[in-house]
Amino acid sequence: MLTAILSGDTPRSRILTVLLLAVLVCLAAAPFLFPGVRALETAATICIFIVLVASYDLLLGYTGIVSFAHTMFFGLGAYGVALASTHLGRSWGALLVGTASGAVAAAVLALLIGLFSLRVRAIFFAMITLAVASAVAVLVSQLFEITGGEDGLTYQIPRALTPAFRFGELFGVNLNGRIINYYLVFAASLVLFLLLLRIVNSPFGRVLQAIRENDFRAEAIGYRVVWYRTAATCLSAAVAALAGSLYAIWLRYVGPDTTLSFEIMLDILLMVVIGGMGTMYGAVLGAVIFVLAQNYLQSLMGVAAGAAEGLPVLPLLLDPNRWLMWLGILFILSVYFFPTGIVGRLRSGR
Amino acid sequence: MSDDVLRIEGLHTDIAQYHILEGVDLSVPRGAVTMLLGRNGVGKTTTLRTIMGHWAAKSGSITYDGQDITAWPTPARARAGIGFVPEDMGIFTDLTVEENMVLAAASGPLDATRLETVFAAFPPLRTFWKSEAGNLSGGQKQMLSIARAMAEERKLYLIDEPTKGLAPAIVSTMAGALRELKRAGASILLVEQNFAVAKALGDHAAVMDDGRIVWTGAMAELAADAGLQERLMGLSMEVTG
Amino acid sequence: MTAAPDHAPTMTRLSAADRLAKAAPFLLVPVLILAGFLAIGTTSSWLTLTVSGLAMGMMIFVMASGLTLVFGLMDVINFGHGAFVSLGAFVGISVLLALPGWTAEPSLALNLAAVLLAIACAMVLTGLSGWAFERVIVRPVYGAHLKQILVTVGGLIVIEQLIHVIWGPDEIFLNRPETLQGAVTFAGAALEKYRILAVVFGLAIFLAMRLILRRTKIGLIVRAGVQNGQMVESLGYRLRLVFIGVFVAGSALAGLGGVMWGLYQEVITAGMGERMMILVFIVVIIGGLGSVEGAFIGALLVGLMQNYIAFLEPKLALISNIGLMTAILMWRPQGMMPVVKAK
Repeated sequence: MLTAILSGDTPRSRILTVLLLAVLVCLAAAPFLFPGVRALETAATICIFIVLVASYDLLLGYTGIVSFAHTMFFGLGAYGVALASTHLGRSWGALLVGTASGAVAAAVLALLIGLFSLRVRAIFFAMITLAVASAVAVLVSQLFEITGGEDGLTYQIPRALTPAFRFGELFGVNLNGRIINYYLVFAASLVLFLLLLRIVNSPFGRVLQAIRENDFRAEAIGYRVVWYRTAATCLSAAVAALAGSLYAIWLRYVGPDTTLSFEIMLDILLMVVIGGMGTMYGAVLGAVIFVLAQNYLQSLMGVAAGAAEGLPVLPLLLDPNRWLMWLGILFILSVYFFPTGIVGRLRSGR
Repeated sequence: MSDDVLRIEGLHTDIAQYHILEGVDLSVPRGAVTMLLGRNGVGKTTTLRTIMGHWAAKSGSITYDGQDITAWPTPARARAGIGFVPEDMGIFTDLTVEENMVLAAASGPLDATRLETVFAAFPPLRTFWKSEAGNLSGGQKQMLSIARAMAEERKLYLIDEPTKGLAPAIVSTMAGALRELKRAGASILLVEQNFAVAKALGDHAAVMDDGRIVWTGAMAELAADAGLQERLMGLSMEVTG
Repeated sequence: MTAAPDHAPTMTRLSAADRLAKAAPFLLVPVLILAGFLAIGTTSSWLTLTVSGLAMGMMIFVMASGLTLVFGLMDVINFGHGAFVSLGAFVGISVLLALPGWTAEPSLALNLAAVLLAIACAMVLTGLSGWAFERVIVRPVYGAHLKQILVTVGGLIVIEQLIHVIWGPDEIFLNRPETLQGAVTFAGAALEKYRILAVVFGLAIFLAMRLILRRTKIGLIVRAGVQNGQMVESLGYRLRLVFIGVFVAGSALAGLGGVMWGLYQEVITAGMGERMMILVFIVVIIGGLGSVEGAFIGALLVGLMQNYIAFLEPKLALISNIGLMTAILMWRPQGMMPVVKAK
């Protein structure tokens, strides 16, 4: 039964199983285990990033193509919800319309990009997605009448999802709409993750992996490589957009920095690589570790920089704003020495 | 057999997960033409490419001119005097005929007397000296590929099917050029499907099957024995010859 | 059998259509300039826009040339190339800022000397960084595109952040040297002096590059290597060394492009290279990976298109280059002048 839910793709490592269960339990009971606004923010962010990273892994890890447009698709979903909520008013219907149109738009755009670039060379894809994503990011900040520009959009969502909606107390925790909202995010993320797990373990997913290993051979056996790659791109884009919609529902705000920035794209890359490319579970560990580190380690760097004050160069390198540099170094080292990521290590070390 | 310019022992080569060469033993005597024969897909081209260093040998050794070159990179093998003419001719089609020849003289400027020899053997190359090599006809490209190998002194030539798909008149031009090379003292390892050419040029012959050498001997002996040809290569070459 | 062949030498004749297909990319630039004239209407604005488009194109070409050759030669795709643009800009501009006496004087000779010195310093430093980058970042991942993209992106971030560490987190504003400021008037159009200089300079670099690629042996090796590296090695050339040379030269050119771009914009940021890379990639793709001439034409098209559209329909300028790329890929999926790869 459990194996069926996991599509037969069990963790295959005792430590990994324990870690995944711990993550599941913590996220499922987050409002009660870790009371406090910041903790709940962190938990919701983790849920959403797990889906976002897993959908990216479908592309990078399972299909072997690099995209720099994943945040664009993420943003499409987020802006879909934001725009629908702004124009259709506060309603469940607006959320639904926004989510659906965001996902469809993402899939269509992915189809177009895929048809253009994957037809020729997989390597074109990386470059073209980078170009398109940056053009879209600039476009979003330019078309401020529609998108709110750099400031982004703030909008209303159904009252039942907001802190203003209170309905009692449980285990000493005040129950409010925010908790309902969290469980919406959690449940949707869980379903999407299991869906992705199903996809990669389906015959379709196995063809993708065959293409990743040797696209000439896959083509020779008779699979239309371009078709499979494009389909994977569309699926991945649609799921990323759904994750974006969840993020928009959770934050009640969208802006270029929270959804479209290149920095988030790098975060996603890092999460996939650290967790383990081509192993859906890697997305879980990668996202958890990364989001926690981002939220709490940056303050630590500030402390370290303060401690190193007076020393040459070191304070500059430890400045919390140089967080990205350490990520870059970590990223390079992971690709060299740790290409299978944490999950790969755990599975082989069993 | 100290007078072998090339000696291969127990050579194994894998390409991806396929075992192509499964223990090739082969000697190429100095100053002679050795034919490498066999059906399609038995590993002739892979043998040449492994000698040239395009594929790494999984095991076995390649001794060239008394030195073990098994682990050498391709350019070092070329500089040591091995010339290579691949089956696809390896012409730089975006470059002119002249530029192709200039490149072929790796150790210095193109030698004028050598060039005259080349032009004598392949007159069209003089005509199209300044033209893009991509615009040459198939035969002319093949001439250029041999001419490139002649641009410099080489001790050993590895030549892969130089007459494939060529008109008879050009085939005889090719054969003449190869004979000229041999007369100049070079050793040649030649893969050839045209048995008439093989018979006319070859001193020695080695026949491959399934990634191994299955017969070696004098070319004349093989040419004279139709039964042997039938057994080794699955067809009597006298029919085509 | 004698050596003398008795067949008449013939050559496969190129049909008129083939010739046109070959020349078509070269014709695109004048066609675009003409179309720009028709769409803009006034000669003076058109002239101003054309010069600034060409200037922009030349600078993008300088940045793109190394990238396309590096890819052509060794199938290496360097997403960190933009880091050298930023690095070059910071080094070059720092040199200029350190020479206020040379740049503030209204002396063309002194100003140009300062700029050339800045360029030299920038190129030496970015060339050296390119060499280190190739050794440390790129070499371990030969033949693996996926890892190449990932680690070179990592390298880009690290270099960008190091620029922040060395030069601080803020953008640096600068003034062009005295005599390169302002504009000259020609046929009623105001043409910025610096843009004219950039066009001349870029063109000179393109011609020099062409000369090296066509007339020197190293150039022949590079051109042949882009087409069939294995055969070049079979002739006895160590392509790896040539590749490292091209990588270093390409990085130095990116640095040069960075200095030129910095002087053009009169502001530099650590992220400028990353942003330029987007245009550079478009140029490399539409030119045909591995083709220097293709990159040149592509760069001019991108520069001109961007300037014309920005004048005609500012909102569309951002996506005009994406549109250009789409159109060209529909016409030629491999880019305008793809290198015919052997194998």
